[in-house]
Amino acid sequence: MTGPGELRVLPAGPHALLVELADGEHAEAFHAELLRRRERGGLPAVRDIVPAARTVLLDGIAERTPGARDRLARELASWRVEPLRRESVEPVEVPVVYDGPDLDEVAAFWGVGADGVAALHSRTAFRVAFCGFAPGFGYLTGLPERLHVPRRTTPRTRVPAGAVALAGPYTGVYPRPSPGGWQIVGRTPDPGALWDPGREPAALLVPGTPVRFVPVGAGKAATLPTPRADGDRVDT
Amino acid sequence: MTPAARHHLHVVRPGALTTVQDAGRPGRAHLGVGRAGALDAPAARLANRLVGNPPDAAVLETTLTGCAVRPDRPVVAVVGGAGCRVTVDGRPVAWGAPVRVPAGAVLDAGPAGTGLRSYLAFAGGLVPDPVLGSRSADLLSGLGPAPLSEGDELPLGDPASGGPPPHAGPVPWPGAPAELVLPVHPGPRHDWFTEAALRTLLTAAYRVSPHSNRIGLRTEGPPLERSRTEELPSEGMVLGAIQVPPDGRPVVFLNDHPTTGGYPVVGVVPERALAAAAQAVPGTRLRFVRA
Repeated sequence: MTGPGELRVLPAGPHALLVELADGEHAEAFHAELLRRRERGGLPAVRDIVPAARTVLLDGIAERTPGARDRLARELASWRVEPLRRESVEPVEVPVVYDGPDLDEVAAFWGVGADGVAALHSRTAFRVAFCGFAPGFGYLTGLPERLHVPRRTTPRTRVPAGAVALAGPYTGVYPRPSPGGWQIVGRTPDPGALWDPGREPAALLVPGTPVRFVPVGAGKAATLPTPRADGDRVDT
Repeated sequence: MTPAARHHLHVVRPGALTTVQDAGRPGRAHLGVGRAGALDAPAARLANRLVGNPPDAAVLETTLTGCAVRPDRPVVAVVGGAGCRVTVDGRPVAWGAPVRVPAGAVLDAGPAGTGLRSYLAFAGGLVPDPVLGSRSADLLSGLGPAPLSEGDELPLGDPASGGPPPHAGPVPWPGAPAELVLPVHPGPRHDWFTEAALRTLLTAAYRVSPHSNRIGLRTEGPPLERSRTEELPSEGMVLGAIQVPPDGRPVVFLNDHPTTGGYPVVGVVPERALAAAAQAVPGTRLRFVRA
């Protein structure tokens, strides 16, 4: 096991390295450090930097000279990872109608009423730890451990676009309809605001983005744009 | 912005699975967007070169049964990749070399005789609206144009003013492998497997499973036993990663693979070896060897 702040650099084929950190918090800090160094030009050319639950993948490491990947591996292993800086960036606000089908179940896990779920969830300062599962699907961390909930025992075959759902330490918003096993507590009225492949950047919630959920009444949501149906293709 | 295309290909016979592919959309894995792109990239590039296109122009990628299209303008086309019978309005024409297709004539790429995926390149390329910088269909995430259906109209680009280069005799197209040999570099989780499993991977006879697709080359053969059985938190996945799901049978990730995954990666097949994997029909003998 790696201790706090320590890391392991693992090979992932000839042009990639997987950096494993002690936990999600350290992975986020390491990812932020990579982006800072890349911004400053202090990192060799790397095509993809992909954060995940407790790792960061560096893929497409340019081999301008032989051994570039191994030199980078040695350099990364020598980094001291500073704790994540809470930067004073205004969070992205995502409106939510808290009326999901799993609201009562989550309330029971949390030992509160249905109103309590909305209150606790919308009070949490979330951050996008990483993306995956589907384009534009962000894994948001920030819930304290006592509010982590298990996945549903039977996944749903179709979760609608805009569903706001919880599983383990994460919260996510489904950018388009797909199967899913997370506990759905609500919906955001305009999922197109989160993911639009016709826009650059296509994803509103990119790794590192601070996020807050803002409760809106079902009445108000009715006046908001309805979820669009154009992403309605499920292939898995 | 793409200028409005004036000409189209009409899809007469879509085949089992035909998709529009170009060089894909690399560099967006952190958004959960996969690479996609032609599985046999060298074949797609060569087909483009033979019709005078840039190497990353969009082409058609067929699967096993070929496809047929009817352009509404005369177009120079090449059918390459998997070997197949090629006809224009029923008359045999050259495979792997430029052919002139008159306006309204049907270009038919027949079922693959060898290999799995043929590539149809057209002078001027195909120009459906790009999504995130690419015209490739990504079957996992549903980005890009949907797989072809009968009656679809695909916008056809204008050929370069110079036209196709003069054809300089036969071009070497790699044939489909009788046996697929994939070199393996160590993967990040090779230590999650027993020593015996690592030996098995590099010595056992596998076969290409019929459940293979653009997401992954699935295999049939001895399962790989894990030495660590706990759950792996999701981590970034590279093209060519050999992921081992709970059934123990290695899956080699191809272009439509998920950007993150939760099964351990025992090894990685380098990108240049994956074109052969794209042409290996189900049942092909498969060996993994140390890179």
